[in-house]
Amino acid sequence: MTQGTVTAYRSSLRNKPDGFAQLVRAEWTKFRTVRGWIIGMVIAALVIVGIGLLNHSSCGGAVTPGGTPRIGVGCSSPVGPGGEAVTDSFYFVHRPLAGDGSITVRITSLRSTSLQPWAKAGIIVKASTRPGSAYAALMVTGSHGVRMQYDYTGDIAGPPGTVSAAAPRWLRLTRSGDALTGYASEDGSHWRTVGMARLAGLPATVQEGLFTATPGPSQTTAQSVTGASAGGGLTLATGVFDHVSLSPQRSGGTWAGDNVGGILRGAPPGIGFHQADGTFTVAGTGDIAPDVPGAPGGAGGTDIGQTLLGAFGALIAVIVVAAMFMTAEYRRGLIRVTLAASPRRGRVLAAKAVVIGTVAFIAGLIGSVAAVPIGEQLLRSNGNFILPASTLTQVRVVAGTAAVLAVAAVLALALGALVRSSTAAITIAIVAIVLPYLMVNALPVLPAAASDWLLRVTPAAALSIQQSLPRYPQVVASYTPGNGYYPLAPWAGLAVLCGYTAVVMGLAVILLRRRDA
Amino acid sequence: MSQATAPEPALMHDPRHADWTSMREALHAEWTKLRTAPGTIWLLVTVVALTPALGAVADAATRCPNVGCQLDPAKISLTGIYLSQAIIAILAVLVISSEYGSGMIRITLTAMPRRITVLTAKAITLNGLVLGAGTLAVLGSVLAGRLILPSHGFTAAHGYVSPLSLGDGPVLRAAIGTVLYLALIALLSLGVGAAVRDSAVSIGVILALLYLIPILATVVGAPAWHRHLEQVAPMTAGLAIQATTGLRNLPVAPWTGLGILAAWAAAALFAGGLVLQLRDA
Repeated sequence: MTQGTVTAYRSSLRNKPDGFAQLVRAEWTKFRTVRGWIIGMVIAALVIVGIGLLNHSSCGGAVTPGGTPRIGVGCSSPVGPGGEAVTDSFYFVHRPLAGDGSITVRITSLRSTSLQPWAKAGIIVKASTRPGSAYAALMVTGSHGVRMQYDYTGDIAGPPGTVSAAAPRWLRLTRSGDALTGYASEDGSHWRTVGMARLAGLPATVQEGLFTATPGPSQTTAQSVTGASAGGGLTLATGVFDHVSLSPQRSGGTWAGDNVGGILRGAPPGIGFHQADGTFTVAGTGDIAPDVPGAPGGAGGTDIGQTLLGAFGALIAVIVVAAMFMTAEYRRGLIRVTLAASPRRGRVLAAKAVVIGTVAFIAGLIGSVAAVPIGEQLLRSNGNFILPASTLTQVRVVAGTAAVLAVAAVLALALGALVRSSTAAITIAIVAIVLPYLMVNALPVLPAAASDWLLRVTPAAALSIQQSLPRYPQVVASYTPGNGYYPLAPWAGLAVLCGYTAVVMGLAVILLRRRDA
Repeated sequence: MSQATAPEPALMHDPRHADWTSMREALHAEWTKLRTAPGTIWLLVTVVALTPALGAVADAATRCPNVGCQLDPAKISLTGIYLSQAIIAILAVLVISSEYGSGMIRITLTAMPRRITVLTAKAITLNGLVLGAGTLAVLGSVLAGRLILPSHGFTAAHGYVSPLSLGDGPVLRAAIGTVLYLALIALLSLGVGAAVRDSAVSIGVILALLYLIPILATVVGAPAWHRHLEQVAPMTAGLAIQATTGLRNLPVAPWTGLGILAAWAAAALFAGGLVLQLRDA
């Protein structure tokens, strides 16, 4: 009684470290010991490859019922100096140029039965007549004024306005080593510089001359269902040139007319040139531009994103597992044990997110890494060709697809903690990510503008990480998700999904702290 | 002993009467469960509110600039169905799988040993609610379309004489068909729920069936196969019922398409009934 000192009970067990790593390990143990969840993740990886195997689209196989056979260059495109697939098909009236020099012309007319905005007539200096070789060209266009374009992707705007007999254009292209400079003038005496291009490795002797080309009319209203969209047929554009002068002046030799890339299938009659009294009339079709899926007259190539459509199946599997990973705790009452063992509730959720995110990423990565080469092989064996993308872009597409799965898993987990019902969490996540893509791409009921907004503001924006090809303002094409184009930049799209996930995760942490388990 | 059973021999020996009684009781029991489940009313309210709201957004986003714009006013107004079918699927899956989750199914089957009767009663009560909510949702969507679409170019001058009038045969068919579509989705989901039992996996399976097949159809290159997939997929076939224009280009005729969805629902219910009958609860 008087002694009065009571020693507090101390467990003889040593305090174990209560670090985040232990929490992650505990959650990983929970995950790996449920067979169904492991199976779900394996299914996710397999589904990416399996759906890729369904892809039997063949080149020119427009899927629209009753689609017309493909018009254009056929199932391959040349590759430009930058490594991108290009369309290089135009009528070229040329003669060789050795060393430095320049060409000057006056253009009085560019006409066509249906003049396209990017119909082109002008002067060009090209490494050779081989399709895909380096070039620099100065041209008048249907409705984009004077342009200087080079090596397929380069495009510099010059003076605006259309060309006519009353308002002709003078163009001059000067070569000095690797440098080509374009000048434009309205009267032949007052010149202004349009732009300068450096073509690395241009041979000493090049071809210079006049050219005309026009892409076919694009079906802007067509809701392209698949990667392939048939163009509306090829048209003919005619350019009229006079005051052709070369520097240094050459005597002898004649102009040669060639259709670079051969005559296109379905090309209209009348291609060629004739020369009278110093006036050249050049008629051609085709385009000198990057090849874009869904461009009229393009070669109908597909992008590597087409091989990863199985990601949607994987998304559903991953979302189901991730939501269960959270809601199973509530159903069995395990959450009370979990929270008793680790009272800092936010960290529990974070540990779960780390585990499910990592597992989903790995499953997605294994699936995508396998799906891309298998899918490419399959597409090639069906006569398709894959529009080339740089290694870095391919890594981004593959790893990005895995990242979309990982972030979607975390979103489903957080939704599970928020609504505590697996059905609701799964449905919300799937509806948010899969349904917008479905409504935009597979069942187009909405107008294009509304579709674009759906893929900007919903979590489905993340799919833009699969876009492997840039869009080019100088090529009119249907830049739709079916052709591999999304309204947001790749990382911006993923950021939208991450933003939604962060918000839901934050709400889940707050509610997990406040609510009774 | 003999006194207690004495008044009932007539009932016991008339199996039809017994069936009727147990069915009535099963319906009553299922109705009580469904009515008092916490989620039911909210899910139904969401369907009734969200379907017309989404339809109105789609109406507002659409313009018909000229003659031959080839837009289908019924389809646009009923866009909300893409989303509300998922909510109906939740409701239907929970009707059966929540009982497995809580162990309630053992009490239910002890009280009502005729398992098919239980499933039938669940289907009937569920569909009563779905048909009611679906009708309200579709009427709301059509009303929104009638108010919004005429000012967006869906006028007589552009070939839409009386857009979305329910007196118009195809529009009436689209409206009634969409309500039936939701009911069939509910039956499909109930069947899958009974067969799979786990609510999370069930909803994953249903949403994959509905949403994934049309996406897959886009990669299947051959036009014939693409069309076949659209003809057999439950969503694309079933929603052919909404088409009021361009009927010639549909992959499947409207009522045939709804019939295909009905076949899916019947198959799912059959599988669910079989599992329910043969497996331990």
